[in-house]
Amino acid sequence: MTSISEDIDLNNDASLVIDIPDALCERDKVKFTVHTKTTLSSFQKPEYSVQRQHEDFIWLHDTIVETEEYAGLIIPPAPPKPDFEGPREKMHKLGEGESSMTKEEYAKMKQELEKTVQVHEVFLQRLSSHPMFRKDRNFQIFLEYDQDLTVRRKNAKEMFGGFFKNMVKSADEVLISGVKEVDEFFEQEKNFLLDYSSKIKDATAKAEKMTRSHKNVADDYNHISGALNNTAADNNTAFKKHLEKCAEVFEKLRKVEDRMASDQELKLTELLRYYTRDIQAAKDLLYRRARALADYENSNKALDKARLKGKDVAQAEENQKQCLQKFDKLSESGKKELTSFKARRVVAFRKNLIEMTELEIKHAKNSVSLLQGSIEILKSN
Amino acid sequence: MESPEAARLSAEDISPSSNGPKAEPMLLDDDPDDLFAEATEEVSLDSPERQPILSDGPSPVITPVTPVMISSRADVFDRSPDQDEDEEENRDTFDIQISVSDPEKVGKDVCDSLSLCLQTSLSIFSRDEVCVKRRFSDFLGLHSKLASKYMHMGYIVPPAPEKSIVGMTKVKVGKEDLSSVEFVEKRRSALERYLLRTVKHPALLKDPDVLQFLESSELPRAVSTQALSGAGILRMVNKAADAVNKMTIKMNESDAWFEEKQQQFENLDVQLRKLHASVESLVCHRKELSVNTASFAKSAAMLGNSEDHTALSRALSQLAEVEEKIDQLHQDQACADFYLISELLGDYVRLITAVKGVFDQRMKTWAKCQDAQVMLQRKREAEAKLQHANKPDKLQQAKDEIREWEGKVQQGERDFEQISKNIRREVGRFEKDRVKDFRVVIIKYLESLVHTQQQMIKYWEAFLPEAKAIA
Repeated sequence: MTSISEDIDLNNDASLVIDIPDALCERDKVKFTVHTKTTLSSFQKPEYSVQRQHEDFIWLHDTIVETEEYAGLIIPPAPPKPDFEGPREKMHKLGEGESSMTKEEYAKMKQELEKTVQVHEVFLQRLSSHPMFRKDRNFQIFLEYDQDLTVRRKNAKEMFGGFFKNMVKSADEVLISGVKEVDEFFEQEKNFLLDYSSKIKDATAKAEKMTRSHKNVADDYNHISGALNNTAADNNTAFKKHLEKCAEVFEKLRKVEDRMASDQELKLTELLRYYTRDIQAAKDLLYRRARALADYENSNKALDKARLKGKDVAQAEENQKQCLQKFDKLSESGKKELTSFKARRVVAFRKNLIEMTELEIKHAKNSVSLLQGSIEILKSN
Repeated sequence: MESPEAARLSAEDISPSSNGPKAEPMLLDDDPDDLFAEATEEVSLDSPERQPILSDGPSPVITPVTPVMISSRADVFDRSPDQDEDEEENRDTFDIQISVSDPEKVGKDVCDSLSLCLQTSLSIFSRDEVCVKRRFSDFLGLHSKLASKYMHMGYIVPPAPEKSIVGMTKVKVGKEDLSSVEFVEKRRSALERYLLRTVKHPALLKDPDVLQFLESSELPRAVSTQALSGAGILRMVNKAADAVNKMTIKMNESDAWFEEKQQQFENLDVQLRKLHASVESLVCHRKELSVNTASFAKSAAMLGNSEDHTALSRALSQLAEVEEKIDQLHQDQACADFYLISELLGDYVRLITAVKGVFDQRMKTWAKCQDAQVMLQRKREAEAKLQHANKPDKLQQAKDEIREWEGKVQQGERDFEQISKNIRREVGRFEKDRVKDFRVVIIKYLESLVHTQQQMIKYWEAFLPEAKAIA
């Protein structure tokens, strides 16, 4: 099953190839095995395999966000925390020797694991395929360092900084929309991103609900199968076989329905979820640019004031020059980033929609043949 | 059991009766059982097997309904049960179609008056095609009558549909209040199934109340049933017993069968309820899926509008259209889930209650028999005492009483035997029907699933080129 990463043309460059071949779900943590193959000279070895936790990814993301140099780039969104609520409790109980996991719970856990591996993998691959991010020092440490990263992470300042950054983000929209935009490109982008971000957030939420309902239906097939088997026990042979056959049909239906729901989730819901976050990252870029513009405008005012007063003019001129430089740099790289972002988005949607549709057709055809086969058997009984 | 669609007749070519349903229903809605609780007792003594004995007694003055009942029953029950079995063999040529339609609102009840159309070639009906109007309370009234007449004899009388919509999920989608539309259809369908099940019962099909219900343009006022109670009691009191051989009640070996069957029905009750609950959950979740799919479709359309890449925007709009169509599929499938399986299971859960009731009746009958025996014993003891008391009139009276109670014991034993025989037959019929119904329904249901999936394939295959067209 192809991942979103393939659509974004990641991992094409053989000089730095990353994947997550394995993940372990222990009591309350997930341990990802991050596997790197590289021909780059900046790395000490050609191949690495390290264990990383979700928090390590977040640390890496936050350090990148706070790097001034990357202000003009769309920072790949941080992967969300693995969601193992239900199964997590079960794992706890398992550890304490209490209960055992049912087949269904195990399958659900596997699905969650599949999802979370995909999204963590894509994050790393976005970094590795970007000319600037792949050279990031912390990124290299993340891939290379064969020990636990926990100590590095515990840098309180970084953590606090990250938290602060998140708080500030919510003021984005006001600042972004308030900008008097001269540049046509950015004006369009701003309007598009602001509208699109709310729409895609909504679509994600609705897709999530739809997928959940689908899984509920699959669960019901499971219960019906169980109830039919119970009823079969008390009957004479002929009817008993019939009931057992029906129970089998429902069990098979459940598997197909479950797979349909999972595939829809992986292709559609996850796609929407990912791009909701990516759109946010694009908005963050606009925000940083808007801030730079505001700084530039302020520096202009300060320069005028300085000129009037005849004091500290040189300093004010220098400040203004720097602000303009920064703004121009952000605008230039921002334009590139946003253009490639659109291309990336279109490719991803296309690939995933095609794959989702092909899978839906495949599963539906499976259902039909399963059902028709069963109908034949039941009729002939 | 016919599906709603199959059983429906277009009533257009059949002229409905010009008169609407008649007068006020007599509080039958509230506690139909109460009115007939007494009736049960007397009617048992009216049982057709004892017809010859009754004909001596005075026939009480009652409304026309009663004599009709008795004479027709004589017809039916002069035949041996074996003949009924034969009839059942021929049930494959059972030619009767009933449809319940045109629900009308009366007062607060959105589905109170309905048209009942019958199409048949069976000779017991006076016409090939009849259409009448009935109130919901009429159906309940019919069931009450049948229950009071037949249950104590061990016949499994199909239960009437419930008044309330317990267990039905109300889903509001859009501006329409679907719950009342669904309620009407649920009730209409339930009444249709109820009637079909009733006429499938060979004894009930010939019952004059049933025939009248199906054919008469107007039903007589329910008030007659009250009078019946009174007359029945009168008859019971005037009874004179015959001198028949003493019979001691033996515990027949067949009791093991009853014990086994009762346990089986207890188990079946639990299992069916569980299965029913699972299916109800499926209906609920599929309805939710439909709502959520529709909601997603709208959202996808909005996203498509917002998308600035033209080809992707078009594809998203088309995705929204596909999802809308799929939503409709889910709705239709939920209906199939409900009407094919869920309602059938609900019917069977209620039927099993009726079956258990019939087993109870047998125990009541046995208890009555035992009581009679105890009484007889006492009378014999009393007579023995009076033998030496030199009170000739009292002695004579005691002897009379002995004869009376001997008769009662005999009757009790006969009743017990009869009800046991009936139950065996009824249970056999029930099992056959249950298996047949299930087999038929499960295939219909799986076919509905096939249809849904085939439609899905069509929709997605149409969408695929649209997705590929994104450039």
